[in-house]
Amino acid sequence: MSPALAMFLGFIAVTLWITWWAARRNTGSSAYFAAGRSLAAWQNGVAVAGDYMSAASFLGIAGIIAFQGYDGFMYSVGWLVAYLTVLLIVAEPLRNAGKYTMADVLAYRLSPRPVRAMGALSTLTVSTFYMIAQMVGAGALVSLLLRDTGIGYETAVVGIGVLMIVYVVFGGMLATTWVQIVKAILLMAGTVLLSFLVLGHYGFDLGAFFDAIGQVTYTDAQGNQVTRDFMTPGLRYTPPYGALDLISLGMALIFGTAGLPHILVRFYTVPDAQTARRSVVWAMLIIGTFYILTTFLGFGAATIVGRDFIAGNGGTNMSAPLLAQALGGDLFFAFISAIAFATILAVVAGLTISASTSFAHDFWTNVLHHGRERREGEEVRVARVTAFFVGAISITIAIALGPNANVAFLVALAFAVAASANLPVIVLSLLWKRFNTAGAVCGLATGLVSSLVLIVISPSIMRADAIFPLENPGIVSIPLGFLGAVAGTFLRREPEAERKFAELSVRANTGLGAERAGGH
Amino acid sequence: MPNPPREKPGDEDVDVVDWERVAALDEFRALLKAKRKFIVPATIFFIVYYFSLPVLVGYAPQLMAAKVFGVVNVAYLFALSQFFVAWMVAWAYVRAAARFDGMAQRVLDRIKRDSR
Repeated sequence: MSPALAMFLGFIAVTLWITWWAARRNTGSSAYFAAGRSLAAWQNGVAVAGDYMSAASFLGIAGIIAFQGYDGFMYSVGWLVAYLTVLLIVAEPLRNAGKYTMADVLAYRLSPRPVRAMGALSTLTVSTFYMIAQMVGAGALVSLLLRDTGIGYETAVVGIGVLMIVYVVFGGMLATTWVQIVKAILLMAGTVLLSFLVLGHYGFDLGAFFDAIGQVTYTDAQGNQVTRDFMTPGLRYTPPYGALDLISLGMALIFGTAGLPHILVRFYTVPDAQTARRSVVWAMLIIGTFYILTTFLGFGAATIVGRDFIAGNGGTNMSAPLLAQALGGDLFFAFISAIAFATILAVVAGLTISASTSFAHDFWTNVLHHGRERREGEEVRVARVTAFFVGAISITIAIALGPNANVAFLVALAFAVAASANLPVIVLSLLWKRFNTAGAVCGLATGLVSSLVLIVISPSIMRADAIFPLENPGIVSIPLGFLGAVAGTFLRREPEAERKFAELSVRANTGLGAERAGGH
Repeated sequence: MPNPPREKPGDEDVDVVDWERVAALDEFRALLKAKRKFIVPATIFFIVYYFSLPVLVGYAPQLMAAKVFGVVNVAYLFALSQFFVAWMVAWAYVRAAARFDGMAQRVLDRIKRDSR
């Protein structure tokens, strides 16, 4: 048995034990959907960080920096600063006024059925795109890492899908959270160790490291040997549209994070708004440290391993594992690969639970059955069944797309939809008294449709024939989402929504009446 | 037992609170005002500071490529500074929020006192 396989199996064993432990403690909706609202600030903070540091971050960022230098580092910056939107605007009111899902806050003073139906649709869209991206990446990665054992892409995708279904169906939010915590700690340990080895490679001389970044040699698309300064911007984002694309990407990150359903639901797992606030700070410390260290991961891979070698041995996504192999040998390679595997597994589990919670709570209970559970525990049962279907559908799509699918646009789409559809209606419903149901439905629909359409006609899909020149639709679709929400609002007046603004505002700002730990 | 059809996330006993009246309390209005006074400028600041990075990288590439020491250029230092600025804004918010917590508590105390 290869060391990589042994470490994968070890991680799986630990997570299954966590699931078994959590399953015995899961009684009732609040326990299943929100871990009993009992998590400490640091636990939730680490879990939020874990949910965020997906395979796209660990493998993707290292790869982009290794191949395109500074421009890749721009992603790292946006991913941390985005948390200020979460901290200052969204986290505490959401915790105070909601229960299980993003749509809870909207349903408060707006007509619950239409906004929950749209909220669930948008949550499922964001989560599914995000998840398929992770699964495709995971399948390709695992089959590459375990190629000696003969495990192929399909088997890897099915294995990951089955594991994530097991975590979510049996362990609920509690198991998903602890799997996330274990993985986040492993990921940070691996990143710190790898950065340390990169520095060690340069004799702990930062100057020597940066000098190496100043002249990276690789073979370009025409087959010529070129030497570039990887610290200088412009290797990825080039004129005429590069600058706009960078700004558009920044907008999607800054405004999208606070609209990502799988991040938002985490704030329901803590006892109160103060703990939610402290958990964001924990998350920012971890996420910030991690993204600063991508300097060493990405530029380390560029200088020590080299673009040409990475391109010939699995491509951009293998930059971090190959760097580990170069510096620490096969055993360290196995360890970093196992962490990448754990990362993907934990993130898809988090996505699955937020998608199935939204379907069960928003759509099944509140849209179809007018807010009543016909039988005790029905909502949890529906969520478990949904988790199974979400898993099965993602497995099928990931296998149909195949290991070489372009997954970057799926993640871009998830962020763009979250920023263009979810964030405008969350912010307006919390801050604008005049806002109403028509505005929410209109805003969600405009944001969702415009980001979908713009991605479809973008270079990510249409390549050279693209009608829309930017890879990321944010710069157009986010204003459209806000515009749709405002225009919809002015279509009519809704006295009930305006009357209940006082109640939402008091609840959101004081925590009066918020559901506490161990709630029912 | 079926749950009553309501959109209330919390304890039922707080339904007796007259929300309009609480919203009009001086203590509550002071809380909203204090929050606005911190959150609005802080949000504008971090958004402007953040977007000046892609804007400058995109439209002033020579300035950003200028070397400060060794190969380390303005672009990298500016990007790095974003992390520390974000942490500082978060730290300032946490300090301010401790004050908001006290003000929110005064609103809750007032409600309790008035309902007695």
